[in-house]
Amino acid sequence: MRTRWQRFKQSYMLYNFLRDPVAITSFIILAFLVFTSFAAPIIAPHDPYDSSTIDIMDAQMAPAWIDGGSSEFLLGTDAQGRDMLSTMLYGMRVSILIGVGAVCLQAFIGIIVGLLSGYVRRLDNILMRFADVQLSFSTYMVAIFIGAIVQTMFGVAGYDRVAVPLLIVIIGLAEWPQYARTVRASVLAERKKEYVEAARVIGLSRIRIMLRHILPNTLSPVLVISTVQVANAIMSEAALSFLGLGMPITKPSLGSLITAGFEYIFSGSWWITIFPGILLVSLILVINLLGDWVRDFLNPKLYKG
Amino acid sequence: MSAILEIHDVDKHFDISGSFLDQLQLSKGKITRKRTVVKAVNNVTLDIQPGETLSIVGESGCGKSTLARTVMGLYKPNKGTISYRGDRIDHLNSVKMLPYRTKMQMVFQDPYASLNPRMNVRQILEEPVRFHNPDLSRSEIKARVSEVMLQVGVDPVWASNYPHEFSGGQRQRISIARALVVDPEFIAADEPIAALDVSIQAQILNLLMDAQEQRGLTYLFISHDLSVVEHISTRVAVMYLGCICELATAKELFSNPKHPYTQALLSAIPRLGGKIGGHVRLSGDVPTPINLPSGCAFSGRCPHVNERCMQEIPAQLKLESGSVVACHGIEEGRI
Amino acid sequence: METLIDIKNLRVDFALRSGTVRAVRDVSLSINKGERLGIVGESGAGKSVLGFSIINLISKPGKITDGEIIFKGHDISKYSYDQMRKIRGNRISMIFQDPMMTLNPVLTIGTQMMETVLAHMDVSKKEAEKICLEKLTKVYIPSPEKRLSQYPHEFSGGMRQRIVIAISLLTSPNLIIADEPTTALDVTIQAEIMDLLLELCKTENMGLILITHDLAVVSEVTQRIAVLYAGKVVELGLSEQIINNPQHPYTQGLIQALPQMAGGKKRLNQIPGMMPSLLDMPKGCPFEPRCTICIERCKQEIPILKELESGTQVACFMRNGANKR
Repeated sequence: MRTRWQRFKQSYMLYNFLRDPVAITSFIILAFLVFTSFAAPIIAPHDPYDSSTIDIMDAQMAPAWIDGGSSEFLLGTDAQGRDMLSTMLYGMRVSILIGVGAVCLQAFIGIIVGLLSGYVRRLDNILMRFADVQLSFSTYMVAIFIGAIVQTMFGVAGYDRVAVPLLIVIIGLAEWPQYARTVRASVLAERKKEYVEAARVIGLSRIRIMLRHILPNTLSPVLVISTVQVANAIMSEAALSFLGLGMPITKPSLGSLITAGFEYIFSGSWWITIFPGILLVSLILVINLLGDWVRDFLNPKLYKG
Repeated sequence: MSAILEIHDVDKHFDISGSFLDQLQLSKGKITRKRTVVKAVNNVTLDIQPGETLSIVGESGCGKSTLARTVMGLYKPNKGTISYRGDRIDHLNSVKMLPYRTKMQMVFQDPYASLNPRMNVRQILEEPVRFHNPDLSRSEIKARVSEVMLQVGVDPVWASNYPHEFSGGQRQRISIARALVVDPEFIAADEPIAALDVSIQAQILNLLMDAQEQRGLTYLFISHDLSVVEHISTRVAVMYLGCICELATAKELFSNPKHPYTQALLSAIPRLGGKIGGHVRLSGDVPTPINLPSGCAFSGRCPHVNERCMQEIPAQLKLESGSVVACHGIEEGRI
Repeated sequence: METLIDIKNLRVDFALRSGTVRAVRDVSLSINKGERLGIVGESGAGKSVLGFSIINLISKPGKITDGEIIFKGHDISKYSYDQMRKIRGNRISMIFQDPMMTLNPVLTIGTQMMETVLAHMDVSKKEAEKICLEKLTKVYIPSPEKRLSQYPHEFSGGMRQRIVIAISLLTSPNLIIADEPTTALDVTIQAEIMDLLLELCKTENMGLILITHDLAVVSEVTQRIAVLYAGKVVELGLSEQIINNPQHPYTQGLIQALPQMAGGKKRLNQIPGMMPSLLDMPKGCPFEPRCTICIERCKQEIPILKELESGTQVACFMRNGANKR
């Protein structure tokens, strides 16, 4: 008898992971980024959401190692005098929150639709055509449309409050067909296997077979696309914010920070754009590298061809 | 003696033509709807007596697995009836079918695909018991599972392991245990030893025979391995392209095969220390079940074929010996 | 008789993370010209690896770590890929279980056959086509001219295997290695293919290594049989001797387990247990944990092949006279 922990320690997954320096490095960086972003209220030197601590006189201060920088603001300040480092940490937290939230929504809708259309053949045609229609709208089109409506409905002040859930819903709704298709494909492969027939011979109901027997066996491809989708969702959010349809500048995400700094890049304050940019790129990069490892691990056939 | 299972005039056809749009074809300037139908099982009539082992032999694609799955209610027959102890079961919905699920169970061919890889042995074996006996206590279920595990020769200590940690033979034992755990009367075994090694095959066959003896089971045994069938069966049905050509007791069939296809099949079995080349040579290839010959299914390869065989489907003929044969040649006394 | 291929102390290892798997351990076999040898064993006994290693087709992480394979006076186990190419598919051909492993689904049969001929022989296209037709006729493919322009999927399983055999015959090889050539086929087709292989070996004076798990098939086709267990040859001898008078307890168990050997008894004579994992081999005789006649020495020492009076070689302390009770 072995405990779960022992199983994990002896598992091939851990072995494979420890053999891959890229995966380890990515994992460490990602863990560090996620930790610092969620611990931001504790470790960040300033609170960018608290307008009472912000002094407009500190605006556009250069990073500490450059002339005109102050040791108080390590990476300088933005146009409103907020500490860049703290703002970036808070911004990354918003970005990750939206990315993960949107992917959870995508996965939730996509898995339900994929299971139904893979296992209940009558629904297949309708659901998949519906997914095709959804895919033919680009994410940005949907987002611009909904975003514009909501902004006029709530006004700028109200928009601040609903921005995070709204972006989660927009990005979530736009991308669920990815999940639906992946899940459907693997349900179609799994339902032909004999263990599903065995479950039917036992007399189990369809819902139980779907949830208890088929669903757990379709989760590895879901895991693979999830990593890519988190990266994509963060990118989508950044792009929307860049277009001014994402997070407002009072509660900036990495995307809106980049936009905000863009106006000042030619006046010499490059750091307002460049630092959040580097952070965004490294975040996406480590997620994708880790995703590559997960994909190769779960589907070694890709390599062997 | 009344039969435990009666299969009467069953047809099972699969429509593989795809969606409506795929079926449309353009021919001679007209759009026509064309369906492609696989006729897997045609006009099969069989009865299985309590306590016996009825084997179905035939080459791949002859519909023997489809027949077993139709009997188990995994497919609905297109025509005909299936009765269990006199009650018709082929048209029941899944709820009405439940009482029969504990009486009829199935063992599958591929021990690697027939166990859910994400469930451990305990979950696999407890699920059917708990599902059919919701009022049993945890310890009662556990006791029942352990008892069956011991019977099939898998140590209950391994119950928390996952299927991939077992060898093929042990997995097949677990698969048999899953069928036995609801205490059935009838088991359909679909090529249960085809994927196993020779030295393991004997173990699994012995296990199946022991279980039959102890529990008074009735088997529908599907196999392509004739020497195994000869050993284990009470009666044997030979299938070719979805039709039964011959049905006889194992002794009669192997010592005195009537149907030309049975003769060819038997002569092709490799014999230990035998000489090759003595087998009946069949001309041609097995036709696909999509385009069945209009007459006897075997007419395209039969050495005794005549005009009538090509036109008319032979009826099942009961011989004096008790065997049933479907062949014009035998009916006419030509063979 | 002239020796065609001589395998000496061949050892093939697979380096896995969980340890080194010794798939083939000190196997010595030789085949004479035109001789048919059967290699029998369960899955995981190393029989396919042995077949592949003869033509040096072991893929990573597998490697021939020791021993030699002498073919026409040269040790081909040390050959480079390019050197080996001249032998593989030319002097030695291989037939696989699944014909589609050899056949390319997007090329016609004719293209694939011509390719082989032109690669190995210095002939014109016309002559090459003539050779192809001749070989297709030899394997009893009806109307071969028409068949040359067809694709593999247009043939049935049995026909495909015939075509694979025809391809392997193209260069008139000295040896054919057939790895479970009929396992995927039906009994009636299997009998025809075996019939064909036997006939071709006799008419072309080719050597044949038939790798299979089916004792009955081997006993019908081959002159000698090598029984493989856990990567080792445990018994080697004339087919009749092995079938009628098996010496090694494993061979005896295998034969006794066949349903036709049960006689009037209902229960089959099963061998208890299963083959040990290649990663976790017993220190002594690999069959010792399942053996009914083993002694203390079997646990400590690995028995080697020794010849008995009957000519059969057997690796068992209880049989080969070294330790008679």
